[in-house]
Amino acid sequence: MTDSSDIATDWRTTTPASRLRLLGWVARRVGGGAFVLWMVATVIFFALRLIPGDLIDAILGGPGSQASAEAVAQIRTDYGLDQPLIVQYFLAMSKLAVADFGTSYALKVAVAPYVLTQLWSTLVLTIASLVVAWVFALGLTLATSGRGGAARSVGSGLELLAAAVPHFWLASLLIILLSNTLHWLPPISVPGPLGLVLPVLTLALPLTGFLGQIMRESLSNAYEQPFVLSARARGESEWGVRFRHVVRHAALPGISLSGWAFGSLLSGAVVVETIFARPGLGRTLLSAVTIRDIPVVTAVALLSALTFILMTIATDAIDRIVDPRVKEVKAQ
Amino acid sequence: MTDSPILTVRGLSVHFDRTAEPAVDNVSFEVRPGECLAIVGESGSGKSVTARSLLGLAPAGAHVSFDELSLAGETLPAPGSRRWRKIRGASMGLVLQDALVSLDPLRPVGREIDDVLRLHTTLSRPERHDRVLELLDAVGVPDPALRARQRSGELSGGLRQRALIAAGIAAGPSLIIADEPTTALDVTVQARVLDVLSSLRDSGTAMILITHDLAVVSRIADRVAVMSRGRIVEAGETRRVLGAPATVPTQQLLASIPVDVPRGVPLDLRSGEHTVENGSRDASVLPELAARGPRSAPLEPTAKTAPPAPAPALELVAVSRRYPTRHSAAIQALDNVSLTLTAGTTLGLVGQSGSGKTTIARIALGLETAESGDVWLDGEPWGSLSARERQPLRHRLGAIYQDALSSFDPRLSVERILVDALSAGTADAHRPLTTTDELLDAVGLPRAVKNRRPLHLSGGQRQRVAIARALAPGPRTILCDEPVSSLDVSTQARVLNLLDELQRHLGLSYLFISHDLGVIRHMSDTVAVINDGRIVETGLTDEIFAAPRDPYTLSLIAALPRVRG
Amino acid sequence: MTEILAGRLSHAPEAAPGIRGWRRLLSNAGVIIALGILALILTAALAPQLITSAQPDAVAPAEAFQAPSVTHFFGTDESGRDVYTRVIFGAGNSLLIGIAATVVGLGLALVLGLLGGLAGRIGDFVSTRIVEVMFALPGLLLALVFIAIAGPGVVTSTVAVGLSTAPGYARIIRSQLRSVRNASYIEAATVLGHSQLRITLQHILPGALAPIFVLGTLGVGQAIVWASSLGFLGLGVAPPAAEWGAMLSSGRTYIDVAWWLTVFPGLAIVATAASFTVLGRALNARARQEVRG
Repeated sequence: MTDSSDIATDWRTTTPASRLRLLGWVARRVGGGAFVLWMVATVIFFALRLIPGDLIDAILGGPGSQASAEAVAQIRTDYGLDQPLIVQYFLAMSKLAVADFGTSYALKVAVAPYVLTQLWSTLVLTIASLVVAWVFALGLTLATSGRGGAARSVGSGLELLAAAVPHFWLASLLIILLSNTLHWLPPISVPGPLGLVLPVLTLALPLTGFLGQIMRESLSNAYEQPFVLSARARGESEWGVRFRHVVRHAALPGISLSGWAFGSLLSGAVVVETIFARPGLGRTLLSAVTIRDIPVVTAVALLSALTFILMTIATDAIDRIVDPRVKEVKAQ
Repeated sequence: MTDSPILTVRGLSVHFDRTAEPAVDNVSFEVRPGECLAIVGESGSGKSVTARSLLGLAPAGAHVSFDELSLAGETLPAPGSRRWRKIRGASMGLVLQDALVSLDPLRPVGREIDDVLRLHTTLSRPERHDRVLELLDAVGVPDPALRARQRSGELSGGLRQRALIAAGIAAGPSLIIADEPTTALDVTVQARVLDVLSSLRDSGTAMILITHDLAVVSRIADRVAVMSRGRIVEAGETRRVLGAPATVPTQQLLASIPVDVPRGVPLDLRSGEHTVENGSRDASVLPELAARGPRSAPLEPTAKTAPPAPAPALELVAVSRRYPTRHSAAIQALDNVSLTLTAGTTLGLVGQSGSGKTTIARIALGLETAESGDVWLDGEPWGSLSARERQPLRHRLGAIYQDALSSFDPRLSVERILVDALSAGTADAHRPLTTTDELLDAVGLPRAVKNRRPLHLSGGQRQRVAIARALAPGPRTILCDEPVSSLDVSTQARVLNLLDELQRHLGLSYLFISHDLGVIRHMSDTVAVINDGRIVETGLTDEIFAAPRDPYTLSLIAALPRVRG
Repeated sequence: MTEILAGRLSHAPEAAPGIRGWRRLLSNAGVIIALGILALILTAALAPQLITSAQPDAVAPAEAFQAPSVTHFFGTDESGRDVYTRVIFGAGNSLLIGIAATVVGLGLALVLGLLGGLAGRIGDFVSTRIVEVMFALPGLLLALVFIAIAGPGVVTSTVAVGLSTAPGYARIIRSQLRSVRNASYIEAATVLGHSQLRITLQHILPGALAPIFVLGTLGVGQAIVWASSLGFLGLGVAPPAAEWGAMLSSGRTYIDVAWWLTVFPGLAIVATAASFTVLGRALNARARQEVRG
């Protein structure tokens, strides 16, 4: 409904100088992100080395495994555990820098290719959920905001509930309702779009709750602003006021929240992938954590962090382009 | 000017459910083409509600009723009717104050103007684009092609206000309603915007101008209607109403304006009794009450004939300050500024926003340090001290600010604020006021405000609390940074009277900073004019206003709208 | 989740709700319901015998998989244990873990926030980096990585949840601290002549720490959800202890035949979390009103 040339004009309003500044800002953020990733890897590394005994147990496949002294010594050399700590650290970091995540303790396969295949599946799930949540939240807010108090309270109440419902319970409810009772959808994720529906719904509904609350508030705030009065005084229809002006303002906080939202979706993916037996980083992480397969854990952690950081940079960049006031605030 | 009015209003009333009194009570007036009618009154008098009701845009919860409300002979539709969409923007235009938020901050201003053309004309897109540029040019926006692409936040105050006007007139409406279009603008910018509005009027557009500023009225309005408490109490030709006001509210509005009231004469408020503003009193209980009544014998003008104190209360010598910026060369905020405040007098520092007044205030208060130059307080070093050295001496210099509310800790009640202020400063400081009650009395506040928070007080009361707090440590000098700029004209008058009295009875010295020349003229013994970080002129108030030497000072004085009676 | 808190509490109150705040609070129907639910949960946590007579571990294989009825409000599970009783007894676990995790999170956040706000540029740098690193692993991911290092169990899962919530709180505290420090009234206090120490103790700290109470209330609800998520994933309380998340996990296996095994424990979680959220939001609104008007 928004005049599509509006968005094009917005981009054109940026001057070459401001575009350069944007690029510089992106570069700084990317650099910061790389630093954070390095810190995460370092923290995991040192945290593990504080409990050396367990590390060997983990490699051997769990505590209580009867291993001979020679086997233990062999593992020590193989995994470089006999070297001084600093050397170990540099070796580990240099390996990570080239995305060599080592070998899984449990599966005894190279971690990097194994984990990367899971990444795609998780990305599909989380991004689809983000889009669905946005659509639902925007639709719900626009549909119930203009009306009287009853619709608004119902909307708010639904949002409150949605935000309070844990993923694993919602998943169970959806399975009970849509699979077992109505038999519309399979209870376990199958390849293809049909298998995506329940997992996406499970992740998207609580997020709809959060986004909806935020949007509702900013929508009613936007309606109070003087520029709405100006627009009406120009003869703009209610429709025009809503879709040319107010919607954009209402969606603003949602944009900056989307970075955080993506993180919470990644977090929720752990539970959702487990429940629906869907391949992905979350499920991989869980099984790795249970058996303490450290290389896999490290790889998944770093990959998740990387994805999350990139998403955050992207949403912040969009926010900066759409709302120039963000820059002005920061400049103060 | 034709004789038939373009807008006729008879018996307009607006009620909001909860309050007993109507916001607008039986208001009637007419406007003719090529004529500007000003509607003036204090805030809360119903001016804005009236204006909005004319467009069918009264605030939510309003019940609007009228005997007649017609534009060019046709009755205007009921609120909510679709016929309004043809009328608004096309036959009637609206210009609000503060274009920063009255234009959609997320859209380029050119788009906002284009909307009007899209809604009310059949021009094609490229034709509309050209027209937008024409309109911006017509209102005096330089480089319209660039400006049309920018958003309201990227334009300066004057430019965006003019863009807002362009949007209001784009479809050529026969009536423009301007609601406080020049508030919050610098004096020189205000003059330019008023020029645009008067040329609109001259070309045949009818105009309704809502304002609280009588000087603006005298500049471009042909007729004026004075509103008070929802009613029109007086109306007529501008010259007549302002020259010979017949009703009390009008007289009060006129008398509160400080610019022509000589130094030392209290601003008159209401002939006769004390006024009661939520319980505060105008006359303080200190002896020698202020003169009452209209322009009775003015009190002895002080400062000019008072013997000078041994050392100046505050002195800045060759102070300079630069601020580095990220994207361009450093800004020279202050360049070789020298000021002298003689003890017991008021030095008025006048300049527009961005001129460096705030920087001077901060350096004088020791919140920032000058790169070069010195600051002396009571003849002793002040600017060269470290923060720690300065702290025990701070009781000598107090401050009151423009936004009183944000200068208070929001959790504290008035009493706690004053107690906290009393505990500052050293024990041996000479203090004329040592208890909370004495402070409240001195500023004319009733004891009842003690347990309330500043949030729940009116603007004038808050500023009094701020003054009381500033007095608590017993300073000899007070820095007043735009202390009345956010207040109503009559509240402003009361606070200025209070400051005057306190100065007389406590022997205070004031560094009074303001952008409002009228206030400066009334309050100051000496004046310093600052522009772009440099002091362009200093001297005695009367001399500067009578015969300014510097061209910038000249332009400031010339741009000041005066009430011609 | 706590970043949502950051968004919503960007106008956090600068004071905890006073006496008048409490009275106005009670006038809202939703709040009364929330308080009622919380009172119930508290009773269940502290004195479960008052609400149920059975034992949570009472195994009765003959009565397995019974649907909800008058004798078994919530039905029975695969070992014949009364689900209602187990839900009641699980309240104590969940509440304890939720509160403990919130304390851990807030405590850590306080340290980080104060370090960032009061300890100069170096402190700010260090604190911001630590928070950034913690933020890089959102939500459960950080908790899981911690558990991978420290092993599963009640204590570690409590600490893990606390760690996950800490960076969100830290950011709020830090931004609150900053906005208070930059507020005009702090400068006004300096001009009055108060010492920096006094200003910090009397104005900055109380202003910055005021939202803690509200944050904690909102946070406990979320912590309970996360803790039960960990329980659901098998990383929390060891069976056969009655813990809501674990109950849901085992109930999932029988979801086609015994829906009550998943619905009721989940309902308890939602009710508790929602009640804390409603309460926290109401407190926030009242406190803001008192200060902002």
